[in-house]
Amino acid sequence: MKSLIQKLVEIPGPSGYESQVREAVKDEVEPYVDEMQVDPLGNLITRKGSGGDKGLKVMLSAHLDEIGVMVSHVDKNGFARFTQLGTVFPRNTAGGRVRFLNGAHGVIGMEVPPSRSAVTTLNKMYIDLGVTSKKDCPVKVGDVAAFERTFQDLGKRMVSKAMDDRIGVAVLIETLKALKSTPHQVFGVFSVQEEVGVRGATTAAFGVNPDLGLAIDTTGVGDTPKSPRSDLALGKGPAIKIKDFGMISDPRVVAWIEAGAKRAKIPYQLDILIGGSTDARAIQLSRAGVPSSGISIPSRYIHSPSEMVDFDDVKNTIKLLVHLLSRPIKLQ
Amino acid sequence: MSITKKKSWNPPKIGRAQISSLEKLSEASGVSGNEDAVRKIVIDEIKAYADEYEIDALGNVLVTKRGSKKNLPRVMLAAHMDEVGFMLVHDEGEGLFRFDIVGGIDRRQIISKPVWVGKKRIPGVIAGKPIHLTTPKERSNVISVDTMRIDLGPGNSKKGKSGDWATFATKFMRQGQTLRGKALDDRVGVASLIELLKNAPPNIHLLAAFTVQEEVGLRGAKVAGYAINPDMAIVLECTPALDMPTWDGSENTLYRTKLNQGPAIYIADRATLPDPRLVRLLQETAEAYDIPYQLRQPGVVGGTDAGAIHLQRSGIPSISISVPARYLHTPASLIRLADWRNTLALVHTALSHITPNTLKGERQ
Repeated sequence: MKSLIQKLVEIPGPSGYESQVREAVKDEVEPYVDEMQVDPLGNLITRKGSGGDKGLKVMLSAHLDEIGVMVSHVDKNGFARFTQLGTVFPRNTAGGRVRFLNGAHGVIGMEVPPSRSAVTTLNKMYIDLGVTSKKDCPVKVGDVAAFERTFQDLGKRMVSKAMDDRIGVAVLIETLKALKSTPHQVFGVFSVQEEVGVRGATTAAFGVNPDLGLAIDTTGVGDTPKSPRSDLALGKGPAIKIKDFGMISDPRVVAWIEAGAKRAKIPYQLDILIGGSTDARAIQLSRAGVPSSGISIPSRYIHSPSEMVDFDDVKNTIKLLVHLLSRPIKLQ
Repeated sequence: MSITKKKSWNPPKIGRAQISSLEKLSEASGVSGNEDAVRKIVIDEIKAYADEYEIDALGNVLVTKRGSKKNLPRVMLAAHMDEVGFMLVHDEGEGLFRFDIVGGIDRRQIISKPVWVGKKRIPGVIAGKPIHLTTPKERSNVISVDTMRIDLGPGNSKKGKSGDWATFATKFMRQGQTLRGKALDDRVGVASLIELLKNAPPNIHLLAAFTVQEEVGLRGAKVAGYAINPDMAIVLECTPALDMPTWDGSENTLYRTKLNQGPAIYIADRATLPDPRLVRLLQETAEAYDIPYQLRQPGVVGGTDAGAIHLQRSGIPSISISVPARYLHTPASLIRLADWRNTLALVHTALSHITPNTLKGERQ
């Protein structure tokens, strides 16, 4: 499974430009699903199981896209100015490297700030592609790049760019593989444009029209020196979403997940995320409303080129999902 | 997809009639939520050319112009009728009114500006202290809207009331190759869309939406996109150009668009990552026909009706294209005639090249 994770995180796929990741996912899931289609925005929507009298339409959403950059101007000396696709933190950016979808490579530099303590903005940063003129620059306005950082296996923990949310994508793929039978119609949705405002999940949820929705994403933790206040930690199990900045989970869905985790003796944590949101927000607000929550893989250093997750958490998330989806669902 | 120039090519032109139509549209009062005057002009212009039209529940004008046969791509074109402005909120007597801002207007830019209030366009002015009476400290502060008033004068005190809308009182004018007026955002899009309806290419079903309430959050386009449910959408807009030289002579790297460089094709703004297949359609058309164009600098600012339309139902491939303008959302915005001409020519020509294969396959 680690090789699948490595393959997925190393493919570039910034928001709006997910097609390479989508192709890789198609290859993985095709033998394990009953139906597969791509909607007008580029969401890959798969279905497994036909449901019965008591089965539900369950939508699981993991997003294909990652944060990235787009060139906004190439100056006369060949430096490329850029804007963000998704939230890119300037503090995580200088000195980093990017790889363009056309294969070009560059390093991110910044104008010298007025003082050492000054915080810079992306407008004061640029990509240096090793050229000296606009004419020789291998990229132009509109070209898109992802951050470049290889996967590293630290044993129990793994580090890479784009763990947000390729680890969710990997979890969803493995869940569809491991799910031998289900009384439900399970819609595994690999969504686009999450990082720019849960856009793909908005249209996918309309198309699927589910009875129940879950986002499979990463969430921040509070287990590092002077980290933000949070009870979450790596290695303590999947995080069940209670609320985040964009949604409040349906308590019945939370209770259903919690009961499943207890029954299957899978460790879990409760997730109250202060900033950010997930595809669950889009699903919840679709059409006449959908009971929704999320199951998240705890992660350190989110939206940096080195996002860290725990392998036990990953395996437990898959176990929990398979357990939940193998049996009837009664929300109460 | 690859676009080959057709032998006969005759895109609609911008002449005296079109400029005078823009003049009428620019001078009409149509602050978000009160687009009635603009709607009347639009309906007057298009009704002879439309197969059918309707006004929806929010006030959008939805027009159908069918192509030459049944199964053709259904293409939505949208331009918003509303503009930023003001609303009176409290009558203080003697013709003085408290007011609120509707849409995005820089508070620093409104003091002492003449306005037209209400349906009868009663002339007023946003009251400002003259320089004789201000202290240096006051002059370096932004004045809060709470302390400003719209002054209609005691003679007109009964002609305004809370709930009335107000716009900048700007007469439209042509200065050589430049057109100047208020609300060119997005009346120039409205004017273009009228011309496209009058000259609709036969290879598509053209579904036009003259939308309301764009400036307060793309509200009209949301319901219009849902109702029309097209195969694709193109939004005709007007976008800021910050193309003046920098004060220190360094290279201007953040101009968004530049005047006289042709229509600005969107590749990313705050609300939309346009469908790359539609970006290619517009770019390749421009290149095949030698129409100048520019890519609007991508960034996380600005949003158009495409932001609402592309998220409707199961998703609608969308893009925006703008006439670049200086000084938008102020009393006087400027566009270049050539940019408007080229925008109309590019959109019309690209439409004429749309086939069922334009969006074949998956987005990439």
